Amino acid sequence: MTDSRNGSGAAARTSISVAITGSGGAGVMTAGNMLLEAAAKAGWYGLMVRSSGPQIRGGEAAALCRFATRPVDCLDDRFDVLIAVDWENLHRFADEIPLDSASLMVGDPTQGDPPEVFAKSAARYERLGIKGMAKAIQGSWPNMVVVGVAAGLIGLPKDVLRAVVENMLKKSRAGLAPSLAAIDAGYEAGETMQAGEKLAAPAPRSESRWLITGNQAAGYGAIRGGVRFVAAYPITPATEVLEWLAPALADVGGTLVQAEDELASINMIIGASFGGVPALTATAGPGLSLMTESLGLAVAAEVPIVVIDVMRGGPSTGIPAKSEQSDVSIAVNGMHGDAPRIVVAPNSVADCLMSTQWAVHLAEATQSPAIVLSDQFFGQMRAVVDRPKDVSYQGARLTAAGNTEGYKRYSLTESGISPMAIPGTPGIAYTADGLTHNERGIPSSGAKDHAVQLAKRERKLLGHEYGDYWADVEGDGETAVVTFGSSTGPVREAIARAKADGVPVRLVSMRLLAPAQPAKLAAALAGVKRVLVVEQNHGGQLLRHLRSEFEIPGEVQSFRRPGPLPIRADEVHRQLVQWSNQ
Amino acid sequence: MTAATTSATARATIPLTAADFKSDYKPIWCPGCGDFSVVSSFTRAFASLGLRPENTAVISGIGCSSRIPAYLTSYGFHGVHGRSLAAAAGLKLARPDLTVVVASGDGDGYSIGGNHFMHACRRNVDMTYVVMDNHVYGMTKGQPSPTTEPDWDSKLSPGGTGLRTFHPLVIALAAGANFVARGFSGDPKGTGELIAEAIKTPGFSFVEILSPCVTFRPEQREWRKAVREAPINTDDPARAARLIMTDDGFNIGILYRGHREPYYRKTDKAAKQPADLEKGFAI
Repeated sequence: MTDSRNGSGAAARTSISVAITGSGGAGVMTAGNMLLEAAAKAGWYGLMVRSSGPQIRGGEAAALCRFATRPVDCLDDRFDVLIAVDWENLHRFADEIPLDSASLMVGDPTQGDPPEVFAKSAARYERLGIKGMAKAIQGSWPNMVVVGVAAGLIGLPKDVLRAVVENMLKKSRAGLAPSLAAIDAGYEAGETMQAGEKLAAPAPRSESRWLITGNQAAGYGAIRGGVRFVAAYPITPATEVLEWLAPALADVGGTLVQAEDELASINMIIGASFGGVPALTATAGPGLSLMTESLGLAVAAEVPIVVIDVMRGGPSTGIPAKSEQSDVSIAVNGMHGDAPRIVVAPNSVADCLMSTQWAVHLAEATQSPAIVLSDQFFGQMRAVVDRPKDVSYQGARLTAAGNTEGYKRYSLTESGISPMAIPGTPGIAYTADGLTHNERGIPSSGAKDHAVQLAKRERKLLGHEYGDYWADVEGDGETAVVTFGSSTGPVREAIARAKADGVPVRLVSMRLLAPAQPAKLAAALAGVKRVLVVEQNHGGQLLRHLRSEFEIPGEVQSFRRPGPLPIRADEVHRQLVQWSNQ
Repeated sequence: MTAATTSATARATIPLTAADFKSDYKPIWCPGCGDFSVVSSFTRAFASLGLRPENTAVISGIGCSSRIPAYLTSYGFHGVHGRSLAAAAGLKLARPDLTVVVASGDGDGYSIGGNHFMHACRRNVDMTYVVMDNHVYGMTKGQPSPTTEPDWDSKLSPGGTGLRTFHPLVIALAAGANFVARGFSGDPKGTGELIAEAIKTPGFSFVEILSPCVTFRPEQREWRKAVREAPINTDDPARAARLIMTDDGFNIGILYRGHREPYYRKTDKAAKQPADLEKGFAI
């Protein structure tokens, strides 16, 4: 790696990680957003992950930022800088903000001493009277001093930062001048703290870039795929999908309804889709659990719908505002009866767009429910990304023509896909049914009707050609990592480091978790001797899924840990190198 | 234009009769079930309003009454237990051009679907909700529902539930339904007229139909003698509520019709192309 990790050298860095912390209301998220936007405008890449306690207001909060010269999809192993507005309850972030002797802590001595867990990291401690500096400038706030300190530390151009702050504060003209003064004061302090360790100058921009959250990207992907009806119930961390979609859908002639609960939201979208309008809901684990019965209705009645599950810590209420990849089992298996479904997992913030768009296409093409497994890490992360390439995936449903003689809604076609009558079309009206039915849709409890309709629904999904999007397959070597979702970012970094060590490793980041693609996975893993399965949950849900659906070649190891701690590239890298050299 | 579509256009101009709305699928109900007559009330209402089967959708959940969609020639949706109102609201909001009618029963509508009932009244989407109330779960062979008398004996609740009965019409009023009526399956013509009025009235219309279960509640055959025309048809929810709370449950007719604006989606017009939305993300 080109990062100069150990402190004192004057080499410019390709990635710098900064955590800004404080008690709720201190404005740490605002500070992080300002810095990220300014870094984006200055031509860098970067991301910001939000972490906060369970309180809505007033709890501890951390903006976990990473600024880099190249696109980044995950947090680094450690933080270079921790800036604390105050130290209240900060020990709770100890595991999420790893520091070491090369790290720098900036804190206000009037706010007490750093918690023991940080102090013992041997990070250098710079005392800076943040509150006093803010107080000296009437109308300014400590978080603006912090913005200045961080900007000075990483070498963010002052004029770019100024322009961003002016734009963000344009609604409160009175606050602008003192904020800029506080930023200047902080900048001066930051600049002198760790001279020589700035972020390397950005490469010239070759393509347009976006500053976007995974939840926004998923919402936009839904619209691009053709979704024009959304019903949903608020739930952390999926709500921002809906809050972004509410005005956006109205702009493109669609509708969003806030439902009374998740049982209503999924049945509303089934009703809308029965009416011919591509429809979607977004939720988290508890909502997905409630929706499971009606997902089965969408399977049986063959109504296309898309459910975005922004995963959080579970089971039960779990850890609502923090990430975990622990809904694989419910997404892949969670329905009564034999209920084939599509499960798609985006593997970057930008991919939340493409994967959701693809899920809409797949649901519509196969007249089946599709689940998009995003997670809190992507959903609430804001990142600078290259504008994703346009893909042509659109919801395209096979519909029936009016007055078709002898129309059968559930006719046993070779592909399993039968033309769907859309209300308003004369002469082919039918009743969609969750009861087992015959080809016409008339309820039937006969063994033959049951068997052929089950086989038809399975055939629709197994016969579909998913192309190359089923997974991102990269690299070669006798060792492979199979992973999915937000674990992909750290795994990619780990593989790059292993390669630099002379250990080639293959990556298979599975985008299509269901239906399983055994032949494609077998081809991707051909010749490997070792397979490491990486996932962020306690029970090894991806590994169990792989074991039930695939023959995994060679020796298999599992690298897994529950949320909210992200998988770190360093840990995966070490395991890969150690195992490959055995 | 092809020959097929020409003849379809020609067909679309011929007025339909009630019989045109009845499918050839034979109902599974017990002989003497009140719900047979409700099918006839539906078909009469649809024909009297000049509806077309292709532009009408009947949505239901699970239970004896929820079997109705398959017995009609309109579009139908027979979904999961208790969620018919949600499916219907989604359909109507996505397709405001359709006439949407929901068929339910006292178990499906008031017990497992109780939450959706309140919120459907409150949301006031322009659709009609018909609940066939027989004070019993028939399909599962005789358990007490929310409208069953507290001392009604059953295997599941020996000696009765001891619970007071639920007042669906008052709940509907309190929650904001725009039209509240009670019908009786023994009067298919009058009930057909009630359903037609309910469909014509904008907003959420609620029609409760007393529909006897002769298998598990044979004493309900006597309802025929008890029903009478309701003394009021008011736009004052307090007056309607007072009558419903104090009567014996057998006043038949329109009890309340309000003036609430239905819930509409904000716009039908696409002011922007999807690609316009990404300007908000660009740096």
